[in-house]
Amino acid sequence: MQNSLWKNKDLISMAIFFVAIAVIIPILNSTPADSALHVSNFNLNLWGKYICYAALAITLNMLWGYTGLLCLGQCLFFALGGYAMGMYLMLMIGELGAYKSTLPDFMVFLGYKELPAHWEPFYNFWFASGAVLWVPGLVALIFGFLAFRSRIKGVYFSIMTQALTYAACLLFFRNDFTFGGNNGFTDFKFILGHSLSEPATQRGLFIASGIFLALCFFINWWLNRTKFGKVQQAIRDSENRVRFSGYSTESFKLFIFVLSAILAAIAGALYVPQVGIINPEEMKPAKSLEVVVWVAVGGRATLWGPIIGAVFVNALKSWATYHYPDSWLIILGVLFVLVVLFLPGGIISIPERIKSIIQRFRKPQTKPEIAEPAETLEA
Amino acid sequence: MKDSSHRESEDHPNPEFILTIEDLNKSFDGFKVINDLNFYMDKGELRTIIGPNGAGKSTLLDLITGRIRPDKGTIEFGPDDKHDLTKLKEFEINRLGIGRKFQTPSIYAEHTVYDNLLLSLEGSRGVFASLFYKETEEHRERIHEVLKTVRLEERKGEFAGALSHGQKQWLEIGMLLAQNPELLLVDEPAAGMTDEETERTGELLLSLEGKHSIIVIEHDMEFIRQIARKVTVLHQGSVLKEGKVDEVQADPKVVEVYLGRKHSQEHLEAEEKKAAEAETLAASDS
Repeated sequence: MQNSLWKNKDLISMAIFFVAIAVIIPILNSTPADSALHVSNFNLNLWGKYICYAALAITLNMLWGYTGLLCLGQCLFFALGGYAMGMYLMLMIGELGAYKSTLPDFMVFLGYKELPAHWEPFYNFWFASGAVLWVPGLVALIFGFLAFRSRIKGVYFSIMTQALTYAACLLFFRNDFTFGGNNGFTDFKFILGHSLSEPATQRGLFIASGIFLALCFFINWWLNRTKFGKVQQAIRDSENRVRFSGYSTESFKLFIFVLSAILAAIAGALYVPQVGIINPEEMKPAKSLEVVVWVAVGGRATLWGPIIGAVFVNALKSWATYHYPDSWLIILGVLFVLVVLFLPGGIISIPERIKSIIQRFRKPQTKPEIAEPAETLEA
Repeated sequence: MKDSSHRESEDHPNPEFILTIEDLNKSFDGFKVINDLNFYMDKGELRTIIGPNGAGKSTLLDLITGRIRPDKGTIEFGPDDKHDLTKLKEFEINRLGIGRKFQTPSIYAEHTVYDNLLLSLEGSRGVFASLFYKETEEHRERIHEVLKTVRLEERKGEFAGALSHGQKQWLEIGMLLAQNPELLLVDEPAAGMTDEETERTGELLLSLEGKHSIIVIEHDMEFIRQIARKVTVLHQGSVLKEGKVDEVQADPKVVEVYLGRKHSQEHLEAEEKKAAEAETLAASDS
């Protein structure tokens, strides 16, 4: 088994990719600033962000690409993970905030006399990490249970998930919800006793994100090889048949929905200390729609597509918002339309496309291979 | 489990029935689709159900498989332990041993023919069982046996979406066989098939008789004559007539509902054939 694992092409390329991002980039970041190979703190931070986005895209692909559940609220789970980690980071600021109080700044500003009880345990990093997992997991479990039990699927499921994230967004915008209202959390100082402004801390977060991305990839890769993965794809192609083959499709969908929510939340928890802010903007439906675009552009229902799509679209975004800040949304929209019309397999299908075009030029007389039912019938 | 002994009372005259349907009613928006239907079937029987469009044939299958719930009535399955199907979910009913083939072939187009059958095997159908499932030699043999039965051995490695229409129908029947069900419900297996494929399908179903109990819903009279032992004619949601093919065909009531008006005996054959053909055509279009 071990042997066949390492013969696998995807796993080898994943290992190389993983080593490259999680080891080489932080090493290059720690080289002297005048070195030719130096990676600036800015770039390290930027790529750390892309890696979190790539992990988020993988979790959406598990739902949309492999199970046929187009979730338009994936950023809700991402943001919930971010908020849980953000609560810990807020408390770690201590008395270094603008108001020199032990309370987080926004609480002083809003006139809180003492820390709300549900904030208390978030002084503990591990409690906060636990909350990163179970809060989004529970939300997904309850929502998924109700939605799948009522046989909500297709576009209705998509609309419901979008409504869910929008409702959460409005809730988090409220000042009396104790999560900072529209300002959210920011101005973080320390994580586990390390200063977030230290390059070494940022390198650590980057490595953690790289390892997490590799983990997401591996989970996805492994699922595809199991019978569970086959059932997942069968649900996408013909749910009724699966149901009438003795599978409780609700349980399968619920499992993958909760799993992908938890993974998205971890990505969010890694994202927040790197970008230094979390607010309800992250839960806006448009954010979740962007994730759909990443997956579509990279290549839906493929292992590498979401990673490629997330990095490509976000790199394009970084470039475009600097050079053409007003046209970014138009560029994104045009990109999505072009991919849907002319490259339904996404960027990842380009090599295949070129190969088939070359073949067509080489042997224009050969017919494309199609099934020949008549022959086998006589056999 | 219910005690099976009290089932032998006079309201259940034959405890050997694999399927016992009594006083079944179902209406959609006030329209009675199934109307006081009673239906009994022996273990190992091959039964054909016919009836004009809207007679309630597919609704009956939906009720048996738990896709919809009856307004009233009972559906009991199993010669030994009687299970009330009206209270179970689709997958639970399937696990009891009832397999269903849909009217339009429903297969997993993006899986190989082999994987289509693998996913249909009985056992390890829970979430965690399927996460840690290992293919055994026994399963492989079982799949090959089914592949042989439905004559798809040559194409086991291909994507099911690449099969011809007829082969997709067979693959779905194969998927049912892989489940090893006691009762097979087959909805219009010959729809859209060539004559030769239809005949093959008939042979296939006949070869299963005795090993499984089978209900076939069909429109194609040629096909029915090939396979039918006992025919049940449904009309407006209840049983109009039950009997051998010839008996049923000769029955003036059946002729009337099928053709909408009375016909003299000599025109019957030709008309019936035309009607059947038209209906197969309509069925394959839909």
